[in-house]
Amino acid sequence: MLAASGLVAQNIAFGIVALIMIVGALRVVTTKNVVHAALWLVLVLAGAAAQYLILSAEFVAITQVLVYIGAVTVLFLFGTMLTRAQLGRATDLNNKNWALGIPVALLLLGTLVYVLIDSFHAEKLVDDPKDVPNVTTQQISDSIFRPYLVPFWALSFVLLAALIGAIVLARKD
Amino acid sequence: MFALDPLLLGDVTWGDFAVVAVKVGVSFVVLLVATMFMVWFERKVIAGMQNRIGPNKAGPFGLLQTLADGTKLFFKEDLLPEKADRFVFRLAPFLSFVPAFLSFCIIPVGGDFTDGNAGKVRLFGHTTLLQVADPPIGVLLGLALSSIAVYGIMLAGWSSGSKYPLLGSVRASAQMVSYEAALGLSVATIFLLAGTMSTNGIVLGQGGLRNWNIVATGVIPFVIFMLAATAELNRPPFDLVEAEQELVGGFNTEYSSIRFALFFLAEFMNTMTMSAIIVTLFLGGPQPISIGSWTADVHLGPFTGTFWFLAKVLVFLYIYIWFRATLPRLRYDQLMDLGWKLLIPVALAWFMALAGLKVAQNAGWGGGAQALGMVVGAAVILACFGLLRMATRVSARVRAEEGAMF
Repeated sequence: MLAASGLVAQNIAFGIVALIMIVGALRVVTTKNVVHAALWLVLVLAGAAAQYLILSAEFVAITQVLVYIGAVTVLFLFGTMLTRAQLGRATDLNNKNWALGIPVALLLLGTLVYVLIDSFHAEKLVDDPKDVPNVTTQQISDSIFRPYLVPFWALSFVLLAALIGAIVLARKD
Repeated sequence: MFALDPLLLGDVTWGDFAVVAVKVGVSFVVLLVATMFMVWFERKVIAGMQNRIGPNKAGPFGLLQTLADGTKLFFKEDLLPEKADRFVFRLAPFLSFVPAFLSFCIIPVGGDFTDGNAGKVRLFGHTTLLQVADPPIGVLLGLALSSIAVYGIMLAGWSSGSKYPLLGSVRASAQMVSYEAALGLSVATIFLLAGTMSTNGIVLGQGGLRNWNIVATGVIPFVIFMLAATAELNRPPFDLVEAEQELVGGFNTEYSSIRFALFFLAEFMNTMTMSAIIVTLFLGGPQPISIGSWTADVHLGPFTGTFWFLAKVLVFLYIYIWFRATLPRLRYDQLMDLGWKLLIPVALAWFMALAGLKVAQNAGWGGGAQALGMVVGAAVILACFGLLRMATRVSARVRAEEGAMF
């Protein structure tokens, strides 16, 4: 979809950022240090933010930074430091059910590919940067809170359930 | 989409490019020099409040004290603890230093906001805004950068390979993440009123004292923002990150030489940037003080706005120093209680109330209906607070029965 031939600089930038993201993602799962893994994850998430910027979706990009880098990964690191803060290599990092991740990852990939192809078909980005549709933050919020309000609510209930579940698990009584 | 600066609309010439380069260079140098004087100012003011003289040997009134300290730090040995994580240890100071610089880019440090000029000034034949960048998501960028600055402190403590710095950084991450929520919620009220996130747009909407956001949002968001910002900066009375009595020096215990200096500079730079953000968001930034038709007249050509901006920022810098000199440090549970049980619920309730009022106005409700709506809203909020208090009381009693100590 990003293969519009007029946007040379954007295509090159996309390639470079994508490469960095792939390397980062591989290092997340191969590094022997939990904190380093979290830092590589930051690189991957920052790469995703950079991709949004290349698509000139600066609101989504900054939200990505705020939520994933600024909150989620900070909480990862906080939890790690609170529980197992040793420096250097850890030996027991691999969960013995790690192989289960492969079908899940493939399933996710399949779903994403299907959804993308289904909604865009052979649509391409326009060649001339001046013709790129200008989607504002307001349009994003209008579509979240009008046609997609019910999925949005469903998602927030999932999060609420996860939150309550975590509290129930953590409480002693 | 990224540059609403009139300079960059249409074809960009080398001259426009030079103006942008000059803006970046000037803000870099000015921020560094200002940080130097901020350190001097803080030491001098605290000395005054404690009946001491303060630095007075290096240069007139000790103005060059920071320069002398900095030079000394440059020539000190740079120690690297044996158990440190080398790469992260070296990276951490930059993670707190660079965001401190970047977040200053979005602040309009001057400009003419009268007569529909929208902050544009003419300098050397170019029409431009007196800010490095004015992205449409301006204030969010500031929040994002302050959340990245958490990494600097957190990783510094972890990578030192030592217990006290680790404790300092665990405290830091919990504190900064909790107060970011209150910070964001109080800023949201401003987005609601201004209808934009661009700093230029927010300042533009604050002509006249009654439109300053501190008045227009009803003071409470300002107080919450001020408290949360102080906690976010790890300044007293919220400086548990570097509580000397408990943690030796906090997250930067193992740092020495120029790496320590970077943390030190970043802290003061963040104080200045945060003061500038408060002024921009709540006090009209470069807008002059004007009540009704009366305006305090200062004529300095294109730099009139800069005068007002600097005057307001100086007030906040003084307030921050005042905090440090007078307020005792909070205990850790008090800090968390203040953040989660007071600031966040109040900020949320205030935001909802303002949103309700705005909706009522947009729907064209009369004065009586609006007042009724306010009463109902207040009742709902009070009921929610009552429930929240009951919940916290119950959980406190349960913990007390389990033998927790407070």
